[in-house]
Amino acid sequence: MPSILSISGVSKTYATGFTALKEVNLDIQRGEIFALLGPNGAGKTTLISIVCGIVNRSTGTVTVDGHDISKDYRAARSLIGLVPQELTIDAFESVWATVNYSRGLFGKPANHGFVEKVLRDLSLWDKKDAKAITLSGGMKRRLMIAKALSHEPRILFLDEPTAGVDVELRQDMWEMVRRLREDGVTIILTTHYIEEAEAMADRVGVINRGEIILVENKAELMRKLGRKRLVLELRNPLTAIPESFSRYALELSPDGGQLTYTYDNQAERPGVASLIRDLEASGIQFRDIDTQNSSLEEIFVNLVRREP
Amino acid sequence: MNLRAVWAIYRVEMARAFRTVLQSIISPVISTSLYFVVFGSAIGSRITEIDGISYGAFIVPGLIMLSLLTQSISNASFAIYFPKFVGSIYELLSAPVSYLEIVIAYVGGAATKSIILGLIILATASLFVPLHIEHPFWMIGFLVLTAVTFSLFGFIIGIWAKSFEQLQLVPLLIVTPLTFLGGSFYSIHMLPGIWKTITLFNPVVYLISGFRWSFYGKADVSVGVSLGMTLVFLAVCIAIVAWIFKTGYRLRN
Repeated sequence: MPSILSISGVSKTYATGFTALKEVNLDIQRGEIFALLGPNGAGKTTLISIVCGIVNRSTGTVTVDGHDISKDYRAARSLIGLVPQELTIDAFESVWATVNYSRGLFGKPANHGFVEKVLRDLSLWDKKDAKAITLSGGMKRRLMIAKALSHEPRILFLDEPTAGVDVELRQDMWEMVRRLREDGVTIILTTHYIEEAEAMADRVGVINRGEIILVENKAELMRKLGRKRLVLELRNPLTAIPESFSRYALELSPDGGQLTYTYDNQAERPGVASLIRDLEASGIQFRDIDTQNSSLEEIFVNLVRREP
Repeated sequence: MNLRAVWAIYRVEMARAFRTVLQSIISPVISTSLYFVVFGSAIGSRITEIDGISYGAFIVPGLIMLSLLTQSISNASFAIYFPKFVGSIYELLSAPVSYLEIVIAYVGGAATKSIILGLIILATASLFVPLHIEHPFWMIGFLVLTAVTFSLFGFIIGIWAKSFEQLQLVPLLIVTPLTFLGGSFYSIHMLPGIWKTITLFNPVVYLISGFRWSFYGKADVSVGVSLGMTLVFLAVCIAIVAWIFKTGYRLRN
């Protein structure tokens, strides 16, 4: 697939001397959903801001569908829609006015039918005359998306789209992203949540301390990095893990009431079934059971540790 | 040229004025009327006329300039500072608009509002004193030129300001005193010796003097100098705005 966005040798050092990005190279393929993962301060937002024209880069080149973002900024920016992380909206404008404003700002002729469709798709139509200030947080987030989609972009940046968003809206957003992809829109999202990348992305990039440390097909990444935890609440606390369980990677909580088993969920034999069988055989009873995916943070720790 | 973007920004700016009609239009009209009542009656009863013009009529151009300067600055500075403050500036910076288009839209919006306001004050003044405009073309010319120049100046302040306090700083501490001391309410010929010279360093003197000339054909300084000074200030503002955009100063990090 040809790349629609090409980032080459991009660095950013702020006036304070802080280096936010170091020689970043990244190609985004046309029509894919790309998740950019990274902890706070890793450089995700700076990278997006450079591509969108909000922050000046120190070095490097960026082309959007072949258009250089500096020399041919009009063509490049017309193709991009951005939904920033923070809910930054002119609070006193109506939903209808603010979305039409965004469309005009990107040089598109008025098209009330299209704007109506965008608002309906995002369940905002019945709020079209409401002022932004009166909307709930979730509604404001939808409004930010509506603004970004108002000029029919071919690339959509979603910076932490589901941070602080309820489950229903998160599902709606994922659904919307899939619909956009079907229409051929390339989507680049940043997130803290591995589940989000897992549910949506075709490819995943990991950025840490301003460097892209990995770009991988999602399935491959999950296989490499996905670890799960099985947490067992014991009926009777243990003083120590019995010797016979030494082949399992078990941890006992300080009070002895909780046993945690960490395993690779992509492994052919993750060992969960055998562990439970062995526990039963040893007479260790549990009253509750829970499994947890490894958090991105843990994945990071692993990833960074593995770095030379 | 992305004219649709210019129009979109301009429309939003004008809509803001109508949304805050009380603050944007009515309050300057009320304060101007109060100036008339206080200055016109209190001082006017002692100074009957200056240069053959009744005191009430004499202060009209100065009063319009006073509002024109302060409103142009506050309209334009707020218009660009507010998106910076709430963060919605991201959209402007990521849009396919040139710096020139941004300036035309914001400064155009701010200048339009203050010109409308100037005309409303003129109409209000005509209720208090009989008005006579000797050079209507130049009157409109000075009105537009001053509104545009000071809207540009306000735009610069809006970009420079990092807080609401800074936003108010220049208008309150510099522009208002200069306007009051710029001959709004008196002729600089009435000032004693050295002050007459010092006051010539105040750029607002030239604006008010030129504007007053367009009304009554009489000026403190020659109209050519007034026009020249206004154009110089306009050129300085354009140069600063061009530098801001070239460097991304306080807009793009």
